[in-house]
Amino acid sequence: MLCSICQKKEATVFLTNIAGDKMQKVNLCEECAKAKGMDDPTGFSFADKLLGLGATQEIEQAGGEKGLRCPVCGFTQSDFRKAGRLGCPECYETFAEPLKAVLQTMHKGTRHVGKVPETQRQGHNLAAELKQLQQKLAKAIELENFEEAAVLRDEIKQVTARLSQHAAERPV
Amino acid sequence: MNLDAFLIPPAETARRRGPHDRIVMSSRVRLARNIRKAAFPGWAKKAERLRVLELIQPAIAALPEMADAFFGTMDRLSALDKQILVERHLISREHAARNAGSGLVLNRPETLSFMINEEDHVRMQALSPGLQLHQAWAIINGADSALEKKLDYAFSPELGYLTACPTNLGTGIRVSAMLHLPGLVLAEQINPIIQSVSKLGLTVRGLYGEGTEASGNIFQVSNQMTLGESEAAIIQRLEKVLNQLIEHEENARASLLERKPKLVYNHVGRAYGILANAHSISSKETMNLLSLMRLGSDAGLFPELDRALVDELFILTQPAHLQKQHSEKLSTEERDLLRADMLRERLRLISRPVIPPPAAAEGGLDKPAD
Repeated sequence: MLCSICQKKEATVFLTNIAGDKMQKVNLCEECAKAKGMDDPTGFSFADKLLGLGATQEIEQAGGEKGLRCPVCGFTQSDFRKAGRLGCPECYETFAEPLKAVLQTMHKGTRHVGKVPETQRQGHNLAAELKQLQQKLAKAIELENFEEAAVLRDEIKQVTARLSQHAAERPV
Repeated sequence: MNLDAFLIPPAETARRRGPHDRIVMSSRVRLARNIRKAAFPGWAKKAERLRVLELIQPAIAALPEMADAFFGTMDRLSALDKQILVERHLISREHAARNAGSGLVLNRPETLSFMINEEDHVRMQALSPGLQLHQAWAIINGADSALEKKLDYAFSPELGYLTACPTNLGTGIRVSAMLHLPGLVLAEQINPIIQSVSKLGLTVRGLYGEGTEASGNIFQVSNQMTLGESEAAIIQRLEKVLNQLIEHEENARASLLERKPKLVYNHVGRAYGILANAHSISSKETMNLLSLMRLGSDAGLFPELDRALVDELFILTQPAHLQKQHSEKLSTEERDLLRADMLRERLRLISRPVIPPPAAAEGGLDKPAD
């Protein structure tokens, strides 16, 4: 991989910088890294200017002109940009769109794999079942198979009821 | 409860052994968890942080493994005590900087610690000596499963455990090992190795985490990604890399002793000379030289030196630990004098390194079985 600045030497410094909503990957050779102060961990702000593209733009576009605001905790898009962190668990709903691009570059995948809390596992399964039923319903409607659609709709009602009952039983 | 009375003397913790502890000083698994319907600590107002602390602390204290635990709030602990906890890797530097509304619960053997209202509502970690990632995971996984019965975790089927920073999203797991790699540093192979490890989606850091330099030739290797890969897969991937690093380090040491024995003897001999005779020494120089003594001890150059002494001195010579042994407030210069006094005293009975005769050196260094 060549250095992003001089495009001549082999890059040996790989920098991933997440500041606010900016996620940047920079590959530098040792000399350019030194010249740009990248060997100094406090000199990251330079990286902001260096490659201010990609994620930043996507976040701003997805957020619309006014920017998003979490209805639960009041955290705004500009807070997110400043802190690089979210305000509350609900923010993941609010900022779902702009987060997509960020998560894609940051992680191995965008869907959780691994431990699920026991208390939520049942809900986890129900949610998966519900999703599957909804997909089947959409397909049935598309094929104008209304008899099957009616059956599916009833099943969805039941699963939804069980899901909300389950949510009510969770610890506080 | 008084932290001084609670903490185990470093002489004791330094004696804990684990697999591959010549190179892997410790293994750690940390989980980030948050509760639903509460703002993350960085955004929550003080009243909310206090409410969360009061909700979480008793839930942790009630865990069977937390019997006789230490509980402290960050506003009541002194700056010195917080620094002691940082030097022992029991809390992060970020947590030490926090105040009212943040707390710590630490179990009796100091193997399990819970930071409340650090960046997330709970950051829990299990610490094991040597290379024991699976054991550390089993311990923290058990504690987490017990805790989830009492706390309503913020969890989404799609995104997993919801964390303040998207970098921890999903499993919320950070698996790390602290490695002593003097061989790779002396052989000047460390930089390419760090690069190739970084390319595998792992992070290499200095002794005290983010943004710290690797003094004492000690490096922390950890996973970077937390979403889209299960805990077991992350642990397995890290372990594979750690095993390779262990092999590279052993090879680097063996090849140095075979090809450039004088370089090794020179470094170890000088380190001993300074540590055993200096009258003023900084904590950074001490770390770097103790690292070389540890290398010398592993190579059999100090027959009467127990490596636990080196590991104990690693802790005791750090600024807060040194300050703790003296009642009056010390300046940096005073600490450097007292540090040198302590080192001379503790190394008094250790003779200078024994250099094997050339014939013995020819066969190279036997790798002691771990």
